[in-house]
Amino acid sequence: METMSVDEMAQARRTIAHRPSTLKRVAVALVRHRALYLMLLPGAIWYIVYNYMPLYGLSIAFKDFKVGFGISGSEWATPLLAHFQRLFASPRFPIVIRNTVLISLYRIFFGTLASLFIALLLNETKHYWYRRIVQTLNFAPFFLSWVVVYGVFLSLFSQQTGFVSRWVRELGGTMPSLLQSTDHFRTVLIGSSVWKSAGYGAVIYLAAMSGLDPGLYEAARVDGANRLQLIWHITLPGIRGMIVLLLILNIGSLLMAGFEQIFVFYNVRVYEVADIIDTWIYRMGLERMDFTISTAMGLFQAVIGALMMVGANALAKHWGEGSSLW
Amino acid sequence: MVRQGIGDRIFDVVVHILLAVIGLFALIPILAVVSASITPYSEVLKHGGIVLFPSKFTLEAYGQLWNYPRMLDAFKVTVYITVIGTLLNLLLTSLMAYPLSRLYLPGRKIIMSILIITMYFYPGIIPRYWIVKTTGLINSMWAMIVPSLISTFNLMILVSYMQTLPNELFESARIDGAGEFRILWEIALPLTKPAIMVVGLLFAVGQWNSYLQPLFYVPNRDLWPLQPVIREILRATDALEPDPTLTVPTVTMQMATIVFSSVPILLVYPFIQRHFTKGLLLGAIKG
Repeated sequence: METMSVDEMAQARRTIAHRPSTLKRVAVALVRHRALYLMLLPGAIWYIVYNYMPLYGLSIAFKDFKVGFGISGSEWATPLLAHFQRLFASPRFPIVIRNTVLISLYRIFFGTLASLFIALLLNETKHYWYRRIVQTLNFAPFFLSWVVVYGVFLSLFSQQTGFVSRWVRELGGTMPSLLQSTDHFRTVLIGSSVWKSAGYGAVIYLAAMSGLDPGLYEAARVDGANRLQLIWHITLPGIRGMIVLLLILNIGSLLMAGFEQIFVFYNVRVYEVADIIDTWIYRMGLERMDFTISTAMGLFQAVIGALMMVGANALAKHWGEGSSLW
Repeated sequence: MVRQGIGDRIFDVVVHILLAVIGLFALIPILAVVSASITPYSEVLKHGGIVLFPSKFTLEAYGQLWNYPRMLDAFKVTVYITVIGTLLNLLLTSLMAYPLSRLYLPGRKIIMSILIITMYFYPGIIPRYWIVKTTGLINSMWAMIVPSLISTFNLMILVSYMQTLPNELFESARIDGAGEFRILWEIALPLTKPAIMVVGLLFAVGQWNSYLQPLFYVPNRDLWPLQPVIREILRATDALEPDPTLTVPTVTMQMATIVFSSVPILLVYPFIQRHFTKGLLLGAIKG
């Protein structure tokens, strides 16, 4: 059995006594890696100013905010949640929430379906050039701005000059004013969104499909499966994890219903079906200057949204075979 | 190889027909816009709408576009916020990504979580507006660059890419006395080029397409970039909100503005597409 010599014990005691404090360790790290920390500095400042300081701006929701007084100069609201009471009592609140959730759900459902359909078809063609042409065409609209997509929509469906409207007229029908009709507006949103993003969404499914084991297909072929059966029994189950993962993550951002698109497309006649949380905040806050109720709505959206994202990510980790957003 | 049955051949034909339909679904609207922009306006009136293959051809609409007030200035603003914004974005993003990719950096985990939280919690439009106002950016070019300067998602793509570079690569340079900045510039960045291309192009496209930022932060229309200006041109024929100070643009001119503003994007599209799939998957797999 080994015992420590007197010298060794003294050495050990010294080491314990001289174990550097947290502060000292931080200082040492800062000095040793100063170049690396220096690199982080500009970005860190940006993050603090543009992502963390706005959190202070959220206190507007709890104050009787007066522009001239600034945030710190304005009195706290009495009761503290007065603006939230005002928000939840507003007749617009349930409508705006309903529109946000509905538009998001439609978008997720039809978007996923379209992307999956395109990916399945592309995966079935063995002609590389054909696949490439179709994919290039489908992917392109993703890079166009919403304003441009709005213009593209007008070129097809504008009542006076639209390409499709002209056909409808020639066939003896009349084209309704899609952008001003509460019956059609959501269809317009989802349709143009599918046109813009389906090809982009297909890329990730295609990649998942290309990772499937070719041996599975050969074995099923030997057993006499036809092509449809291959899709149904091998391809789709093979990418189920990816589909579920993306669905969950999309549900996590349910309260983000596509601000920019709706803002470009909508008008006062369709507020009833198109007004979402973000558009409402914009109009109440930056147009009508009611900063308190719009900040309250923003905080509501941020908190519920963050909870849903955390929940979605946890679910994705659970179901999505270990992969999550981060 | 398994023999193809008649059912499989029918299946193949159906697949290729459906793919053609999907391709045309994307192509025809774009074709309609381009055709409209080069059709004489009188032709559009005669046919009662846009035709896909016009019998007459003119660049008149592009001439009108050239003379439209603000159009050239808006183009310049767009180029400016895209070029400056992308350069600054890449500078800050790679400066952050390199230290964060060094796993031995003390405090790395804490810093990463502080950054990732911002992807979950969006403080909202009004607090953002308030900080842009407080930092004095309202009504300046910087209002369209600074508030969205770093994309956390892109940063994480770059971090995970740089993590794959082994430390030994840098060790020998360190022994030769190279500082971290030189290592980043001469070793890390060249090796990260594919990821930087993806991140940069994505950011550039976002800047080019920027619409909400100028609308929120730049009330002075003389500083507007292309997207909000085009939105106004498209809305000018909308009976709901006519602007009496502007002459009503014809549909051919509206479509010319659409083409004009999208050409640069379509020019970089081949590059984007080549690198994009890689980058997208990189981001999707794990940070």
